[in-house]
Amino acid sequence: MKNTGSFTAVLRKELVVYFTTPIFYITGFFFLVLGGYFFYSNTLYYSLVSFQAAQNIQMAQYLNPLQMVFRPLFATLGVVLLLLVPLLTMRLLAEEKKSGTAELLFTYPLTDWSIILGKFLAALLVYAIFMAFTLAYPLAFTILARLDWASLASCYLGLMLLGGACLSLGLFASSLTENQIIAAVTAFALLLLFWIIGWQQEIGAAGWGSVFAALSMMDHYDPFIRGVIDTRDLVYYFSFIYFFLFLTKMQLESRRWRA
Amino acid sequence: MDMMIEVQDLTKYYGRTLAISRLNFEVAAGEIVGFLGPNGAGKTTTLKILSGFLSPSSGIARINGKDCVTQSLEVRHSLGYLPETVPLYTDLTVNQFLRFAAQSKGVEAKAENGELSRVRAACGLEQVQNTLIAALSKGFRQRVGLAQALLNNPPVLILDEPTIGLDPSQIVEIRQLIKELAGAHTVILSSHILPEVSQLCQRVIIINKGQIVAGDTPENLSRQLGHGSRVRLAVRGPEGEVAAALQAIPQVQEVAGQGDGKFLVSAANDQDARPQLARLVVERGWDLLELKAQEFTLEEVFLNLVTEEESTPEEAAEEES
Repeated sequence: MKNTGSFTAVLRKELVVYFTTPIFYITGFFFLVLGGYFFYSNTLYYSLVSFQAAQNIQMAQYLNPLQMVFRPLFATLGVVLLLLVPLLTMRLLAEEKKSGTAELLFTYPLTDWSIILGKFLAALLVYAIFMAFTLAYPLAFTILARLDWASLASCYLGLMLLGGACLSLGLFASSLTENQIIAAVTAFALLLLFWIIGWQQEIGAAGWGSVFAALSMMDHYDPFIRGVIDTRDLVYYFSFIYFFLFLTKMQLESRRWRA
Repeated sequence: MDMMIEVQDLTKYYGRTLAISRLNFEVAAGEIVGFLGPNGAGKTTTLKILSGFLSPSSGIARINGKDCVTQSLEVRHSLGYLPETVPLYTDLTVNQFLRFAAQSKGVEAKAENGELSRVRAACGLEQVQNTLIAALSKGFRQRVGLAQALLNNPPVLILDEPTIGLDPSQIVEIRQLIKELAGAHTVILSSHILPEVSQLCQRVIIINKGQIVAGDTPENLSRQLGHGSRVRLAVRGPEGEVAAALQAIPQVQEVAGQGDGKFLVSAANDQDARPQLARLVVERGWDLLELKAQEFTLEEVFLNLVTEEESTPEEAAEEES
């Protein structure tokens, strides 16, 4: 049998499309503007507290840039992701259907998994590029202070896993429709649901509270930004990603048996 | 001969609408077959099923001995498909797109550049290879669509309306290209342009309302489905008398006067009525100005076949009124 086209074909094509269309630059720009603003305001607050600590030695031992600048920053970036990711994924499959190119894509000798993985990894790579730009914040910070890079690495790992989960859900939303707006809105609503589902616990829904908390994206993201890498959280994110990629595969397959 | 494409009892419903109904046909290796029918006849649906994009509601479609549904991936290996609407990634340049198509089809990295330049040359895409597809004219897009179908040299080509939207000189070029593909490739193409099909194809399958109404070589179709042969006749003489005399010849089925002494005479069952006609005219002392056998064109055959079913109830209605 001849070679099957591999996911790298799809991956490369998606990257070219990302880099030639404005959506990548616009979302990247606003993401970094927002991130920069949060970093700036957190740093400003930190320097204010530092001045106070100069008068009060007791306070100084609580001063920790990771605690005061980067944890709040990463918590906020997690929320910004909810808005950003649907914009990155809405095009992926919806546009193929809308423009009819699905007819080419699905008649090339590519397996459904190649198509899904190619698209997912392209989005993940683009997302990683955004994250790489945010490294400017801690790098700028090291000019003034020492940082615990190991804890920061844990923050970034959490951010990548959270991003991967959001992207897989976004890809699934894009497979449901041929309208990009609907894909984005669906992804946003689902992400928001997974984000706030843990709040039930605080309200005190008996019994179900812990179930909801176990599903919550936020509750599993939190340990990473506290510098704790727990296998439960890793398993959560990897299962989440696999589950939504699998749903996307089912959705693509259904086109074959649906009349 | 090996059958490259086999279709058995192929049926497709869209919801409750019947698109194609129990199609049966075969295409031998190296053949060019034309799929002919009015818009909405089910041509595109059939080709989409063969390409593996749609699943049939029932029936079997096989390409190169592989089932289009259960062995879709193997089938797609041996296919080049040009969809009717020629969907292309408009954000990419021609080269970027062809590279993607080549990689998707599993062209080896070493062979990629050679393969790209081969299809570019075949489809005349050299000047536009770095142009964004969004900026291309319809004609060039059609060629890009054809170029991607040719990548990796698939044994079977499925071309849905390959020349639609092209200007006359481009049509000639593309037809020439398709002709050159015959032999090495099995080609199935759809069209509603009759001269195209009769020029290009060794065999024509006429489809209407989701059913095959005829399938043969263009020549045979003209002959068989013309229901006998026709003769064009021009005679100088008393028209009414001539018409009556012509009608009296046993082989003649129908005489249609066209004015100015011209008649169109249909003979029954493929008989040649020319000797009898000539003799009659000379014996009666009229002047024979023209006597010419006229074959049915594919157009007439097509119209006959396609309008036959529809016209019957109308005629009945007319008779009643």
